[in-house]
This record gives sequence, structure tokens and C-alpha cells, in this order.
Amino acid sequence: MGMREKKFNVLPGFGLTMGFTLFYLSAMVLIPFAGLVLRALEISWGDFWRLATTSRALAAYRLTFGASLIAAVANAIFGTLLAWVLVRYEFPGRRFIDGMVDFPFALPTAVAGLTLANLFAANGWLGQYLVPVGIKGAFSSLGVVIALTFVGLPFAVRTLQPVLQHLDREVEEAAATLGAGRLRTFASVIAPSLLPAVLTGFALAFARAIGEYGSIVFISGNLPFKTEIAPYLIVMRLEEYDYSGAIALAVVLLAFSFLLLGAINLLEQWANRFQH
Amino acid sequence: MTTTFTRKPKAGLKQSQRGAEESPLVKWTLIALALAFCFVFLLLPLANVFAQALAKGCAHYWQSLAQPESRAAIRLTLLVAAISVPLNVLFGLAAAWAIAKFEFRGKPLLITLIDLPFSVSPVVAGLMFVVLFGLQGFFGPWLAAHHLKIIFAVPGIVLATVFVTFPFVARELIPVMRATGTEQEEAALTLGANGWQTFWHVTLPSVKWGLIYGIILCNARAMGEFGAVSVVSGHIIGQTETMPLRVEALYQGATEASTAAAFAVASLLALLALVTLGIKTFLEWKQARAEKLIVGRVDSSGS
Repeated sequence: MGMREKKFNVLPGFGLTMGFTLFYLSAMVLIPFAGLVLRALEISWGDFWRLATTSRALAAYRLTFGASLIAAVANAIFGTLLAWVLVRYEFPGRRFIDGMVDFPFALPTAVAGLTLANLFAANGWLGQYLVPVGIKGAFSSLGVVIALTFVGLPFAVRTLQPVLQHLDREVEEAAATLGAGRLRTFASVIAPSLLPAVLTGFALAFARAIGEYGSIVFISGNLPFKTEIAPYLIVMRLEEYDYSGAIALAVVLLAFSFLLLGAINLLEQWANRFQH
Repeated sequence: MTTTFTRKPKAGLKQSQRGAEESPLVKWTLIALALAFCFVFLLLPLANVFAQALAKGCAHYWQSLAQPESRAAIRLTLLVAAISVPLNVLFGLAAAWAIAKFEFRGKPLLITLIDLPFSVSPVVAGLMFVVLFGLQGFFGPWLAAHHLKIIFAVPGIVLATVFVTFPFVARELIPVMRATGTEQEEAALTLGANGWQTFWHVTLPSVKWGLIYGIILCNARAMGEFGAVSVVSGHIIGQTETMPLRVEALYQGATEASTAAAFAVASLLALLALVTLGIKTFLEWKQARAEKLIVGRVDSSGS
């Protein structure tokens, strides 16, 4: 493989640890991955296209990508607000809120879906007020957006927080000294330096939302053509023992995830260049 | 570190901030908006779990947890975490040692591959193992001939859990191990310690907080994983149902009693999340304090 130890490195164990790393990585990740790719390659192009673009699949992609996009936008907005408030202001409960931001990350998705579905259902704490005025937050595509916003929130906040913390406030003071109002300072001094981090957080939340399954199962109602997401359709195909159908959908999801991963890497490089 | 050029930290900040702060009205509006958002999206869902779990009273709560099916689910979840977390810890330690302490070609690629499971949908992860070990899978016929069961059995659940929690420990350890460098290990080796002694007495203590951080995140995900496990489990009550799957099964019961039971099992998972958050916050606080101490020491020695 052309992997060479650094010259003069006296530490032992490179062979052992690298060997175990490659073995374990292959056994647990690469071989399963290769298996899926091999099976996907056995499907002819025509079949693949037919399976990946059934009208039910297209409806599922539309909901998955659409709801993920809306949730990621909501996360970018509220995540920025939260990060700003947590970094810049002192207020009672700040530390508590700061700790709670990771709650969606720590909470099993099934529990998130369960409690959100219950909150927004017609007899739930929030649903009892929202459903009568026509806002159906459970068993609807709005429910999908709500659940995805919940699971994506930590990504947006935690990406932005360190950048905000390290922002040089002297530049803001300089802008103020030069006569810029606070709004103008924000728009032309602060916002541009936050943009790469906001976009990275947006992309991370988006990527997470595309693959999300656990929380959605509970809240969306899973009606074909209406509130059925792509990962759920994969599960349905598997339950029908339609492996090819499931694999075709999985390949579409994977391809999209990798595109996003590439975009996130580029964004992070851009953000790093921005900071130095 | 370039201590001479660092500005005096934070002390005079308040005064020099003039003109670089929002008016109180804007400030408190933003705080109110943020708090309202957190209340609806974080606190209400959390409070609701416990309120619904206890909606039918404490007796029903304990009964729901004491049901044989629920107890089996709790046992299985603990078993799966007890197998998959140590495996990933072992891998994380090995990978971090190789990556942080040595230079080799292809390192960025290796790191990307380790992170790969994070960008795979849990459902797709489960599907990968069905494709390998399912009846129509690559090894399906062989496994069937030898009466071995992986899919719709505990081994499949463990494999799926290992896959989705794969990067957690390695990802936390690599930067920590890299930051400590190799000098201390080299010193220990020069003084006659062997490789294992060096690892146990020098490396491990210096990365222990990062390791614990990785373990609790890995464990939280391992116990809470739903999508990947759901695909490979087969949902056999009392046998291949983990706690999150039990929550779903009870929820689908759709009676008030079974919904309350679903929330009862869910409340245990929510508690797990809270404990995880608590430890995580504690570790971050500890790390921030350690950094402050180092900065303070460097500052006083620099001036």
C-alpha cells in the first residue's frame, strides 16, 4: 500500500495498530459497503432507472429532499440566532441552554419522534392549540420538517459557536468608530465572516436530515405519495423482499450523501481560509 | 506558543466594546426569541416524555417496564452496547495510535473512510448487512446451510450497531493523541519501559478524558440506534427487540395504555440522553478549565 513509517520514529506498535485498524475497517465498513455496490452493479441500467424513478420513489425523494432543505434552512436561521445569543450575551440559564443544544444529538431518534408526534397530535400539549387553527404538526409533511429541524439543530449551532467566539471584536469597534450603525456593521462586517460556518452548519444539518429515519417513522404517518420519506420506502421494499428496489433507492441516497460530503469538505476548506 | 503577542484576555473587554453592541431592546428580543425556540423545541419534548410516561400513574409506569417483553428489550440493548462499544473503543485506540503517532501516505483517505459511516443513512447501513448476510445475500445460502443466523438475530443487530457507532471513539481520540505529541512516549521508552507499559502509563492517562467523551457518545448512539437495527432485527418480540424498537412496537399498539408504556420505555432512553449530556458537559468544563490553567501559566511565565 506504500504506507511507510516515518524515519527515526522510535514508537512501537505501528504494524499492530495499523493492521488491526485496516482489518476492522474492512470487516465492519468496507466489505459491507462493497457488498452493496456489487449488488447494485448486478442491476442493469434500465432496471436501475426504472426502480429508482417509480412515481412512489419520486414522491419520496421530493419529500425527503424538500423537507430536509426546509429544516436545514430553519436550522441555519435558528442555529445562528442561538449561537449568537449564547456567545454574545449573558442571561440567566445561558449555561443550561448551551448544554441542552446537544440534547437532540444525545436523544435516541425514536424517542424524539415519539414525543414530537405526541406534542403536535390533536390532543397533545401544542397540538390542542395548533390543530384547531389548521396547523397539523403530526402525521403530515410539516411533521417531517419539525422532526428534521429537531435532529439537525446541534449541527448548526455547534459549527457556528467557535467561529463566533474567535471573531475579532476590534473590527466591529472600528466599524462603529467609522460611523457604521450596528445593523450595517452586522451586514457588512460580521455576516460575511460567519457565512462559511453558517453554510457548513446548513450542509451538515441537511446531510443528517437526508438519511434520518427513526424520528420520522413516528411523526410522519408514512402515507405513500404523501408523507413517505425515501429511507422508509427502502424499508418497505425490503419487507416485500424486493432487494433490487431497496438497493436502487439506497444508491440514490448514498450518491446524494457523498455529493454533500464533498461540498461540506470544500466549505470547510473555504471557512478555514477565511479565518486565517 | 507565541505568548508575547496574545492580548490580555478579556479583562478590559467591557469598556472597549462601546459601539460594538446591540441596543438592549434588540438584545433582549433576540434572547427572548432564542429562549422561546429552545422551550418549544428542546424543553417541551423532554418534559413531554416524562409526563406521558407517568400519565397513567406510577403503578402503570413500573408495570410497563416490568413486562417480560420490555425487560427482554432492556437486556438486549445493554448486551448490544456491551459488545459493540468495547469493540469500537479497541478500534478507536488502535486507529488513533497509528494515525496520531506515525506518518504514512494515505492518511487523509484513511480518516475519510473512518468517518464514512456518519454519512450513510442508518437504513442503508442496515441494508448493507442484509445484502451480505440475508437469505438472498452473498453469504446467505452458506449461513443457512450451517444453521447460522445473523440477520433477524442478535449478531446482525450488533454488526449494524458497530457500523453506525464506528467513528465516535476514533474521531475523539485522534486529535487528542495528536495534540499530546510523541515526546513523552519517547522519554518513557528511553527510560526502559516497553511498548505496552508506555501505552498504559503514559498515553492512556493523557487521553483519558477524550476517550471517556468518545465512549459516552458511542454508547448513547449504540443504545439508541433505531434505523439500522430496525432493518436487520426482524422485530421478534422478546428476542430481537431493542429498547427503541420496543418503543415503536408499543406505540403501534395505539391504545392509551400502550402509548403510556411506549413512553415509559422511552423515558429510560431519555434519562440515558440526560446522563450522557451531563457527563459531556462536565468533561467540556474540565477541559476548558485545563486550557485556562495552561493559558494562565503561559501568560504569567511570558510576562
